[in-house]
Amino acid sequence: MNKISKSVLVIGGGIAGIQASLDLADMEIQVNMVERKPCIGGKMAQLDKTFPTNDCSICILAPKLSECYRHPNIKLYSYSEIQKLEGSAGNYSVEILKKARYIKEDACINCGVCVEKCPMRVNDEFDRRLRKRRAIYMYYLQGVPAIMTIDRDNCLWFTKNACRICEKTCEKDAIDFEQKDEIVKLENIGSIIVATGYNLIEDIDKEILNNYGYNKFRNVVSAIEFERLECASGPQGGHIKRFSDGKTPKKIAFLQCIGSRSERIKKYCSSICCMYTTKEAMIAYEHDNELESYVFYIDMRAGGKGFQSFLRRGQTEYNISYIKSKIAEITIDQEENPIIVYEDLDTEEIREMKVDLVVLASCIIPPQGIEKLADILGIELNKYSFIKTTPYIPVETSKEGIFTCGCVHEPMDIPRSVAEASGAAARAAEIIRRC
Amino acid sequence: MSENKEKDRKIKIGVFICHCGSNIGGLIDCKKITEYAGKLPNVIHSEDNLYTCSETGLSCIKNAIKEYDLNRVVVASCTPRTHEPLFRECISEAGLNQYLFNFVNIRDQCSWVHMKDPEGAYDKAMDLVKMGVAKAAKLEPLDCIKVNINPTALVIGGGVAGMSAALNLSNQGFKTYLVEKEDKLGGRLNSLYKLFPYSIKASEFIENFIKKIKNNRNLNVLTSSKIKNVDGFVGNFKVEIEQNGNVQKIEIGTIIVAVGSSLLNPKGLFGYDGIKRITQYELETLLIKEKVTKKNVVMIQCVGSRNEKRLYCSSVCCMTALKNALIIKEQNPNVNITILFRDIYTPGTEYEEYYDRARKEGIIFIKYDVERIPTIEENQVVVFNEYINKEVLIPYDLLVLSTPLVANEDNKELAQMLKVPTEANNFFLEAHVKLRPSDFATDGIFIGGSAKWPVDISEAITQGYSAAARASTILSHATIEVEGATSNLPEYNKSLCSGCEICIKICPYNAIRKNKDDEIEIIEALCKGCGLCGATCTRNAIVIRHFTDEQIISEILAFGG
Repeated sequence: MNKISKSVLVIGGGIAGIQASLDLADMEIQVNMVERKPCIGGKMAQLDKTFPTNDCSICILAPKLSECYRHPNIKLYSYSEIQKLEGSAGNYSVEILKKARYIKEDACINCGVCVEKCPMRVNDEFDRRLRKRRAIYMYYLQGVPAIMTIDRDNCLWFTKNACRICEKTCEKDAIDFEQKDEIVKLENIGSIIVATGYNLIEDIDKEILNNYGYNKFRNVVSAIEFERLECASGPQGGHIKRFSDGKTPKKIAFLQCIGSRSERIKKYCSSICCMYTTKEAMIAYEHDNELESYVFYIDMRAGGKGFQSFLRRGQTEYNISYIKSKIAEITIDQEENPIIVYEDLDTEEIREMKVDLVVLASCIIPPQGIEKLADILGIELNKYSFIKTTPYIPVETSKEGIFTCGCVHEPMDIPRSVAEASGAAARAAEIIRRC
Repeated sequence: MSENKEKDRKIKIGVFICHCGSNIGGLIDCKKITEYAGKLPNVIHSEDNLYTCSETGLSCIKNAIKEYDLNRVVVASCTPRTHEPLFRECISEAGLNQYLFNFVNIRDQCSWVHMKDPEGAYDKAMDLVKMGVAKAAKLEPLDCIKVNINPTALVIGGGVAGMSAALNLSNQGFKTYLVEKEDKLGGRLNSLYKLFPYSIKASEFIENFIKKIKNNRNLNVLTSSKIKNVDGFVGNFKVEIEQNGNVQKIEIGTIIVAVGSSLLNPKGLFGYDGIKRITQYELETLLIKEKVTKKNVVMIQCVGSRNEKRLYCSSVCCMTALKNALIIKEQNPNVNITILFRDIYTPGTEYEEYYDRARKEGIIFIKYDVERIPTIEENQVVVFNEYINKEVLIPYDLLVLSTPLVANEDNKELAQMLKVPTEANNFFLEAHVKLRPSDFATDGIFIGGSAKWPVDISEAITQGYSAAARASTILSHATIEVEGATSNLPEYNKSLCSGCEICIKICPYNAIRKNKDDEIEIIEALCKGCGLCGATCTRNAIVIRHFTDEQIISEILAFGG
């Protein structure tokens, strides 16, 4: 192939963005990858295991993070956002806001001494606020790039003009309080892939799940929180305990379609919950063989490869019972044990079940800030604010030369995100080769 | 540095013990293992890391190689399956030959399987590290094998997945062959009426594709054609294609399998007769020709799927039933349509809306239990309605059975030619269901569409593109490197070979053959280094690089000694 002068811009550094970037880079096409968070990895980095193989999520992801970071054809802009786009398919130019980390990227070796000394404790976003981090922090342990970030909203120097302990303790002189936000201008962008993933409904509105006891009762958690609790590197070291009394739950209820398939909240199906719930219940059982799990569902949606056998294994080997039902409400007793009131659709009876812990499979929503990004890029969103695509020309957005993949246009599981990412890379490559 | 110099140098091993967060460190005292490793023969440096695979951990390895002039590296951590390539690359970036690395698995083989026995896990980890260090001392540098790439692609199957793949590759500038066994392109779409969820005519949809294909200079379409034989390896496949009795040979670099799926013959299920009791696909054929003028239509979902014989959900049947029900309703709003289902499969945004629309149009949905399946009488269906806890009788003058997509019968034959695996239902099996959905484990061969698993048109197109992207990652290079730890019949061992040919028969990758001088020849680009030939060779003539007798015996002696 001839030397190619145009590059591709990939927005989003989750598994979809990573796969698209790696494929393009391996096609000898230059990639500029932009990630809003301090490190790439996205949601997959937060997961404990992945269905239906129950592979450890970070273990299969970490080599890809590293490959992205060191690939000669990929230039990574982490902690950065798209600010402006001009031009058209085959010749876009873009402005990237590279936020100041207040760290000299080449100097920091992620030794962690500064973190130990930092006096400011704030909620850790990566661990879903279930743990505290410091104002100077590594986004997550295996994060890439492996450098610190100072969170200026919480750092004492920026809020109170005090402290600067990190600066004094850093042996590598890597702290730079004078660092400024930077605007990076990139020209000759042939095509763009938008893979900015998703958020969960509780991220934008904690109150909305009040009916299900979320944010109200301590022993009701969301599925992504439960994922962190199960994880060996998570806030409980992988030993699941109730927040009310620290006891290990022996009976867990997993509630499906929380906010999804709902007239009141979101009408669409979040697609992945039936499967990840079964996985979460399996992993919890592996931690404790006395566990009973109950999954309250409307329709069991398991169409992917090996998914039905996975459900079967859940029932026969992991003590999981599936109850076709509608949830009425959640209350608690004096010991803060959640009580689920539900209609059993197989028997037509109104029933109650007392459990130790409730896990809510909450609804997937478009990523925060998607309206602004769509506006900058000039692409259309659908009525739910996911990126608009059509089934017959998948991975294309409404604007020529801009493609999309993964949950930013519709809720989907990892295999489909990965396949779509490669698909988007293929289409982006067509434009580059034409230039 | 030349190989000889490398050999002459004093062996200096660095050992890195990974905590893997608490996966290993939570059960095994990694600090103590590190101390222990530091005292083993030839070990110059040992350290423990929270995550050796993190960028921070990798810098530790590189720094130590520099600081202590290490010439062998041992990492004791998770598993080579996921992490060996990463560590190999890391040491090669630090200037060492990548094969001077040895992996010791103390997570899967110690802290995970022996999680109930921490002491035993600790003792075993020590033994494994000792053995790994002993082998590391015997490791030799190896070269990767360079393979030239022919930048030409073959796509097998001319349905939507195959057409998408072929169009994309040819648009990327690669010469592409598209082979279809029927006399025209289009695959399953040729027998469909309209496509969900927007009621586009299938025939128009295919015409559009075919127009683009015809206008493409790089694309060579062969219809009524069948693959007869596949030979060669990544970048250099030789394929024989039979078309109307003539066989032509083509040379290509990569292969995409997009052969689609077949329909289940529903004989014996729910009174199927092909006239009054038909399948969804027969209904489509009917709808292409005429309006359906029935009064009562009943559809039954999961006919022949999600049962003991065929456990899987075919994933497209719910949407197909909804689509056909809506089309009939549109043609004649007075038709009564009832759909008997187990779980409605309409994931995502638009499909869920489609289900909603069907309910609003007055289509009746009744859930049935697999323990009490509907019984079919001459003019009515008897079904136990779980919502009202009663048996109900539903009259019909057309009964439509939603049968699953099944794997093609000739998948096995093709799989054997390509040396790729199929799964229990005879669909093709990808390299990794999560992260390598479009790859086969065999280099240079890719998969997309319903040949892998039943998918709808949208996903089939995406997967076609996806397979094309993966193929393009190979076709874009003049040469690529493949695994160097292969089997080998060294010159000095040739006299040992008795020509028994057991190695030829046992090789799962067809990597061994006899050359024209009747000598055993190993095609290294095809060899995966599995070791079967070496283990079965009656004369010890075959050497498995990176797993030589000397290296393996050194491990055994370290363990026993």
